[in-house]
Amino acid sequence: MTVEPTDARTSSAESEDTIVELRDVSVAFPMGNSESRVLDTVTLDVRQGEVLGIVGESGSGKSMLGSSVLDAVEEPGVTTGDVMYHPPDGDPVSVLELSDEELRELRWEDIAMVFQGALDSFNPTMRIRGHFEETLEAHDKDEREGMERARELLADLYLDPDRVLNAYPHELSGGMSQRALIALSLLLEPDVLVMDEPTAALDLLMQQSIIALLDEIKEKYDLTMLFITHDLPLVAKLADRLAVVYAFELVEVGPTDRLLRSASHPYTRALLRATPNTHAPLEEMQPIEGSAPNPANVPTGCSYHARCPIAKSRCTEEDPPLMGIEDEHRVACFYPEEAREKVQFELEAVARGDDL
Amino acid sequence: MSDPVVSLHDVDVHFGSDGGLLGMFGGDDATVQAVDDVSLEVGENDVLALVGESGCGKTTLGKTAIGIQEPTSGTVAYRGQDVWETRRGQVDDGAPYADIRRSLQLIHQDPGASLNPNKRVIESLTRPLKKWKPHLSREKREARALAMLDRVGMQPPSDYAYRYPHQLSGGEAQRVALVRTLLMDPELILADEAISALDVSLRIEMMDLMLELQDAFDTSYLFISHDLANARYLTEKAGGRIGVMYLGELVEIGPVEQIIHDPTHPYTKVLNWATPELELGGETGGHPPVRSIDIPDPENPPAGCRFHTRCPEAREICRERPPTVETEYGGEVACYRADPDHEYWDSDPLDGVSDATGLDDAATSD
Repeated sequence: MTVEPTDARTSSAESEDTIVELRDVSVAFPMGNSESRVLDTVTLDVRQGEVLGIVGESGSGKSMLGSSVLDAVEEPGVTTGDVMYHPPDGDPVSVLELSDEELRELRWEDIAMVFQGALDSFNPTMRIRGHFEETLEAHDKDEREGMERARELLADLYLDPDRVLNAYPHELSGGMSQRALIALSLLLEPDVLVMDEPTAALDLLMQQSIIALLDEIKEKYDLTMLFITHDLPLVAKLADRLAVVYAFELVEVGPTDRLLRSASHPYTRALLRATPNTHAPLEEMQPIEGSAPNPANVPTGCSYHARCPIAKSRCTEEDPPLMGIEDEHRVACFYPEEAREKVQFELEAVARGDDL
Repeated sequence: MSDPVVSLHDVDVHFGSDGGLLGMFGGDDATVQAVDDVSLEVGENDVLALVGESGCGKTTLGKTAIGIQEPTSGTVAYRGQDVWETRRGQVDDGAPYADIRRSLQLIHQDPGASLNPNKRVIESLTRPLKKWKPHLSREKREARALAMLDRVGMQPPSDYAYRYPHQLSGGEAQRVALVRTLLMDPELILADEAISALDVSLRIEMMDLMLELQDAFDTSYLFISHDLANARYLTEKAGGRIGVMYLGELVEIGPVEQIIHDPTHPYTKVLNWATPELELGGETGGHPPVRSIDIPDPENPPAGCRFHTRCPEAREICRERPPTVETEYGGEVACYRADPDHEYWDSDPLDGVSDATGLDDAATSD
């Protein structure tokens, strides 16, 4: 079980092709006579081979963003805008225009999704093997070949294939069943894996182990990953880029190191500062003032202005668009320089040389 | 000096197998040693955090400390008075059992589940008060509850008091749960993963609130978490200790300087590795520094040091049980490596243990 050191950041730079393209994507749920908008005109490109971390608090709309990529928002939610999937070989696909049957194929063979809580995703009365076999059959795949891949995937995730395939879901620990679910999601060789809090509710050691394993299988299977979480430090080391969602909008997106070094939205900076960790001095960790709005009463103008320490009258009237500030780094704030200056947060460049 | 609020001596807690969750491991009448031979004390105004993976026994130990789980052997004392003898009526003078129970309170991980979904907040808050102080008028009970809601920042309190639990956010529900325990004027609050269910962005705020209330009400906390970053924040701010549990045993306990910055037990180091840090140029930590990423069967824990099957530093001698050694920080650690002269250092490494150990100069060296 030797592991070659991998560097996510350099490897992804080799290909800058867009594999999933979101244009003005919104999700709304009807509410009486009006509607409740839980994702608001998000435009974002996902690049082939990258890990894109999507970070936001509970109820920020980050899960809607993930679901919209597979047109998987549950009824009665309505997804609008354009979601284009650009297969590595083949013509672009407009995901929101697919038929149910086409969507079913897309969801396993092109873009797969893993949710938190594997136990809810498995049928409790069926052995793990049955889930793999059923999936192969439903998609007319060769069972022998498919089960070989299943075994390899399970072994790649440090599971004993025989033991796991013969087990019922409840017989596996949380960490084991979550890894088995990741293996299942990769069975039909998708290009893109969307994961929504895939490690929540697991122990930290298991979370970190899964992050390390994802880093390995990403290389081996040439995957693009969207990793959705409220836990920024968890995804920071895996992700090539981070996208921060606040109040149903994308407020900042950029390469991970850039964003950690010079986060430019006051919310991103406050979020970074509010994150408990073991090394920063205690006084540098501060809570975020106020609370996030619910979809029924998102403030006009910039949705963060009511909590923002540098808000000005313009921020209460005008909704800042996502603006480029430096290569690839975009932020939805009129005053990014002031944000960097006044919302204190600084990370030390850590040279611990301690990768175990 | 007065007696500690609670003290545990040589506590074991064993459970019979229910054949359910753990049934896969076979064995008909196996028992799980949820807690094995643990001694510890929680003083006045003290903060002790227990960390470890699921199934390590931290919740069981916490429940034992507040007198709601009876130990299989060993003793649990409140202010020097045996809790279970008191309950059985074997203690003549001293605090009544009801007073002990009231002094030792609990906040659950899921505050939503601990509040009755059909009752308004004010009812959930005043009910235990009515039981404890029946002479208090309804108006006075409600006034106390409202004042305490105000105190934890739920303003105006009347806005929250008449809501149902589903009308509260996770952070608000957790505050209500905290208010309910505080109304009992507790000396010790067991907070079982009370922070873990909250968004990362809300955790500092909640822990600050807990500490502020500790100052105001002279309570102690037994804080259970699988997250070392939370445990560190709370205990460093309060000058408390962190205890690390593994498969029922307390393997290391001490102040933050020891557990976070200079840990001795390899398992404590592994937990440090697993705690994500924000840093520039960070990469995933590579291969987890354990020989197996899954925890062994708790019904049949490894002999000797229970961590030896996963430990990156394990040697032949680790199949024997290591002694507990005091550290320079006033804490304790159960590992041969704490003794520089021990024959451990001449013992042969176990299979899968590399000679060039990576752990020692690792995440924890600064």
